[in-house]
Amino acid sequence: MEKRFVYADNSATTQISKPVLDAMMPWLTEGYGNASSIYSIGMDSARAILKARETVAKALGAKTSEIYFTSGGSESDNWAIKCAADVSAKKGKKHIITTVFEHHAVLHTCQYLEKEGFEVTYIPVDEMGLVHPEDIKKAIRPDTCLVSVMFANNEIGTIQPIEEIGKICREKKVWFHTDAVQAVGNVPIDVVKMNIDLLSLSGHKIHAPKGIGALYMRTGINLPNLIHGGAQERSKRAGTENVASIVGLAKAIEMATADIPGKQQRLSKMRDRIIAELLKIPESRLNGDPVRRMCGNVNISFRGIEGESLLLSLDLEGICASSGSACTSGSLDPSHVLLAIGLPHSTAHGSLRITLGDGNTEEDADYIIEKVPKIVEKLRAMSPLWERILRDEDIDAE
Amino acid sequence: MIYSEKVMEHFANPRNVGEIPDADGVGEVGNAKCGDIMKMYLKIDNGIITDVKFKTFGCGAAVATSSMATELIKGKPVEDALKLTNKAVVEALDGLPTVKLHCSVLAEQAIKAALSDYYRKQGVDPEPIVGAVPDVETACGI
Repeated sequence: MEKRFVYADNSATTQISKPVLDAMMPWLTEGYGNASSIYSIGMDSARAILKARETVAKALGAKTSEIYFTSGGSESDNWAIKCAADVSAKKGKKHIITTVFEHHAVLHTCQYLEKEGFEVTYIPVDEMGLVHPEDIKKAIRPDTCLVSVMFANNEIGTIQPIEEIGKICREKKVWFHTDAVQAVGNVPIDVVKMNIDLLSLSGHKIHAPKGIGALYMRTGINLPNLIHGGAQERSKRAGTENVASIVGLAKAIEMATADIPGKQQRLSKMRDRIIAELLKIPESRLNGDPVRRMCGNVNISFRGIEGESLLLSLDLEGICASSGSACTSGSLDPSHVLLAIGLPHSTAHGSLRITLGDGNTEEDADYIIEKVPKIVEKLRAMSPLWERILRDEDIDAE
Repeated sequence: MIYSEKVMEHFANPRNVGEIPDADGVGEVGNAKCGDIMKMYLKIDNGIITDVKFKTFGCGAAVATSSMATELIKGKPVEDALKLTNKAVVEALDGLPTVKLHCSVLAEQAIKAALSDYYRKQGVDPEPIVGAVPDVETACGI
């Protein structure tokens, strides 16, 4: 096939879509009024924000008053967890439950709280990358203030039994937060039916700009502020509203949730074809559950090669993807998610994540299927580790 | 993170990849757990490195530093190879991101490990000449 550009890293970020950009443009140009101002161009901004809030609420099955705009997923996670902890500590509740393979926005926030005197239970996941609701149930104590479980994993795409976990938390009267940054637009979400108390979402994963997100906070939960200052967001989150991005987020979530079954059908077909073809490569394995996984997520490990080399080689062919190798994680250890599902370090280093999105076509899949095996073969030919694997040596003994 | 054009060029077209079946010295450093292993093969004639090949499991920087290190010692006297520092490799590549500097250390060590093997095969104790070369990294990212 002729060289082409294939963006297959939609779980990292997405391109702003044309309808989103069009919806935003007026608010980046003539509609510059401060939403707190009383004159007409200020009120226009305030009206646009209200309308956006209604749209976001509708997409989640929430009430308009339960949506707060933030700077993104990380801020929403920090707000939900730190402030739930803060308010609960005053009632003597200083125990938090989360899982070992959360996004760092949750994990590092929990680790910070541990230093502040909170106790955190990290629930393990099984080898498929699924949380067992029973484990959550058993971990809940009288002093548990919050359970935080991600809706869908960003690396291996596993979709968690959120409704079951929500039911347990509601029964036990423990607040339930979910980081739904990856799930929004890929999985139907109903915060009422799923008993979700707090939910984080982000715009740039669904074709809105970077730097915008939201926190859903159920009526009756009154978390203190993370950001103090002016009276924006009903005095819950200070800072002059980013009107254009808020409008963009609303347009994006409206479009992303308009036909989730259709998206799932289209992308999972492409996903499964890529998985089936790439698993024909010797010494490869699929990471994560084959069925309970996000429709666009492919995560495969190739033994004997290192992920960053794989990504750079793919980039030379025009393919953008991601990996859980240490070299790409910016730390000395490979992805905590891949280690959590029991992969040895050497296998985690050789992982490839392809995340398909609205812009991908069957031709993109063909191109990926053509290029990846050739690159794996080339890298293995120059890998002293591959030699040892071929000799059947135990490479993980060290 | 940004790689220099030179790093990318060496990654895309690595020099001296392969093996030397009748090598005079072979050295391997790194380990699978850390995610980088370099194996160097040297052919030495009358104190001159006449041929050098490498195989590397690792990131872009690991491949580029291996490639550059082989270029810097090919055709050179053994004494020059002994003096090759990781800094020289980094400079020749127009720099490396800080988090990748350990790859250049690994390249230097791989050459030293191969030279140690060469001396050992000659019946010479390599340690006074080459210095101590760790067999494998004791901790990732040294």
